[in-house]
Amino acid sequence: MQIEGLRKSFGRNEVLRGVDLEVEEHEVVCLIGASGSGKSTLLRCINLIEPVDAGRIVVEGDEITRRGIDVNRVRRRIGIVFQAFNLFPHMTVMRNVTLAPQVELGQSRAAAEARGRELLARFGLADKARDYPDRLSGGQQQRVAIVRALAMDPKLMLLDEVTSALDPELVAEVLEVIRELAAGGMTMLIATHEMAFARDIADRVCFLDEGVILEQGTPAQIFSAPREPRTKQFLERIVAAGRM
Amino acid sequence: MASEGDRRAGPEVADRSSKIAGLGAGGPRGVAIALASTVVFFVVLVVVITHAPGWPEVRTTFFNWHEFRTSLPEIARAFLLNVKIFCISEVLILAVALVLAVIRSLPGPVFFPLRAMAIAYADFFRGVPTILVIAILGFGAPALGLKAVPTSTTFWGIVALVLVYSAYVSEVYRAGIESVHPSQEAAARSLGLTRGHAMRYVILPQAVRRVIPPLLNDFIGLQKDTALVGVLGAIEAFNQSQIDVDATFNFTPYLAAAALFVAITVPLARFTDWLIVRDRRRRQATGAIA
Repeated sequence: MQIEGLRKSFGRNEVLRGVDLEVEEHEVVCLIGASGSGKSTLLRCINLIEPVDAGRIVVEGDEITRRGIDVNRVRRRIGIVFQAFNLFPHMTVMRNVTLAPQVELGQSRAAAEARGRELLARFGLADKARDYPDRLSGGQQQRVAIVRALAMDPKLMLLDEVTSALDPELVAEVLEVIRELAAGGMTMLIATHEMAFARDIADRVCFLDEGVILEQGTPAQIFSAPREPRTKQFLERIVAAGRM
Repeated sequence: MASEGDRRAGPEVADRSSKIAGLGAGGPRGVAIALASTVVFFVVLVVVITHAPGWPEVRTTFFNWHEFRTSLPEIARAFLLNVKIFCISEVLILAVALVLAVIRSLPGPVFFPLRAMAIAYADFFRGVPTILVIAILGFGAPALGLKAVPTSTTFWGIVALVLVYSAYVSEVYRAGIESVHPSQEAAARSLGLTRGHAMRYVILPQAVRRVIPPLLNDFIGLQKDTALVGVLGAIEAFNQSQIDVDATFNFTPYLAAAALFVAITVPLARFTDWLIVRDRRRRQATGAIA
């Protein structure tokens, strides 16, 4: 995936001011940066939930920001998981997972449920298939949300601060799921505040500041020897807050 | 007759106030106080009414047991027409109103004309008195003399009720649709669901569930308004009681008709309240779901 000169404003507030970013297949890229630096907006633009103002996004050689593109087709190849889970509260876990494959990919119910069971079992949720989301813990809900996105067999997964709404003791189980995905070769773009996790899992870390990618490199470079003063400042604040 | 009705109403009113106003929270003592004050209230009411100077006359013209019993079977038969009008209208209203609500929720400038029409429709039919819509359609449409146009008063009564009530019910649906958090639509669309599928599988099921109590409320109103079709001459409960009143110069048949309406609308109202209370309790139990 290539992103070139991506710009996005909400009213007069320009959130993305020309983002350039490349993500290779099987690569895991972590986006770090202060709240409001544009991490979430960037992910939402890639999923085409937010229309972009300028710039291009190319996924597997296909420019998804061009006019007249079938946005639904694009979204089926790009999974996104939100901070607030956003499960469908009126559906069982299994139905949450099988809805899109059945309705949009035309899978039979049996096929979708077989795949759903397989995915739920892989992430330790086999016994939750018939429960409704409000019966699940936050960590379980977030894992279901990841499974729901995976059920569409996306080529790229976007994770938007997926542990930020969780109680501290539930963070680990969700991070474990993401590690497992990375080990399986999933291409991922992850916005996160979990620096230790980013250092551990990322092939590359990008520091987003005021709507541009100010600095990027391997985790070792960024966390141990940042070049930009603003990156240093950000990391010092994180350390001071006891989060790394 | 009157005192009998009062005694029956007593515990029910107490029960309702305890549920609605939360008096039951006071425990057995709260219930006892509610019961006592209700009994006192109705005893005073009955005493005042039965000691009014015109009471003997009112009693023979309105509370005539013999008239009640002779008119009731015929009115009950006519009341079946009200029930029929109610049932057919209700199904049509649920469908038409849903279409209107979905039209109003269509985004973007392209759909502006459709949205504007739906808004104009809701404004117009909520503004015109139901009885006028019934009269205009019921007397006007058959007068056109077109072969394809039915002349049945029941038919036009139903059409008029559907037109008027769909305007109200579409607003109820719309409120429900808008109450579903935008993140639900974002989640659905992000999975690749089309706008229509997101509406059908994710938004509407949640929206409709939330508006069931207010929907039932509107249907209590609809059940009563079936009597308005009587102005076209259809022999429904109100018209039948009118015929009986004209024949006997006694107004008791009106009470018989009223009793039939109440027999249906009161259980519906209690059921609605029960749903509202259950809904509230459930939401407090689980907290808001993002």
